Amino acid sequence: MTTTTIDGHIVHVNEEGFLTDPSEWDEQLAKSLAGQIGLDLTEEHWKAIRFLRDDYAAQGETATLRRISTVGGIPTKQLFVLFPQKPAKKLAYVAGLPKPHGCV
Amino acid sequence: MTITETGTGTETRPVVPDFGPTETDRKLAIICSKGNLDMAYPGLVLANAALGEGVETHLFFTFWGFDMINKKTMGDLKFTPVGNTAAHLPQGLTPLPGMTAMATHMMKKSIAELGVPEVPEFLQQIVDSGGHLWACRMSADMNHLTEEDLYDEVEGIISASDFIEKTEGAQLLFI
Repeated sequence: MTTTTIDGHIVHVNEEGFLTDPSEWDEQLAKSLAGQIGLDLTEEHWKAIRFLRDDYAAQGETATLRRISTVGGIPTKQLFVLFPQKPAKKLAYVAGLPKPHGCV
Repeated sequence: MTITETGTGTETRPVVPDFGPTETDRKLAIICSKGNLDMAYPGLVLANAALGEGVETHLFFTFWGFDMINKKTMGDLKFTPVGNTAAHLPQGLTPLPGMTAMATHMMKKSIAELGVPEVPEFLQQIVDSGGHLWACRMSADMNHLTEEDLYDEVEGIISASDFIEKTEGAQLLFI
């Protein structure tokens, strides 16, 4: 198991850098993770992050963009604005979750 | 336990995913030439995946692929097991009345169970993700169709050479 230190938080990560233990995550850490990839979190970001965390807790897997828009109610267009270019992966990273496995 | 932090002395860099450069010139062009339900999805799924990776994506609908963007047909594409050995049915049974309807129903159900949208909604998701939809001029002329007949998000009816020009440097998929 690999650990890394982000802003003083010691967390377990996989070879790519995604957190492997969702319980090590908290909102303070989210701000640090976002900072690592150049994002400044707004209330809109938090809405998406909280949906992803809650959905993961209920479903046991990370929601895809499709699910975030249809179940979480955050439009696809907005997700691309909030987390540019690779919204599903960036959002999963900031939320301390594995990247989504679903294709759509 | 292995520590993969890099750096020397007291300075270490945290392990952070590499999301690539903020601007990429990677482009993908997908030519959709089929109008069967089962042949519509590969292009849509791959376009959606490419957009999610920040790749500029253009879809060109031509020949039977026009059914994917024709308002009259796009919501009613069919899957037929006729001549398709991968359907794993006795081929003699596949042309019987009702088989195509049944196979289509079953395929739509399997797709819906995965949370994957139907074709019109999928196209909307692709557009919302920044994808571009183009209709083939020759196919429109052959079928006497105009932009009025096509899905509203189609950006235009263009010639094959216009599409080739627009997708200069792109990777290309023909489906």
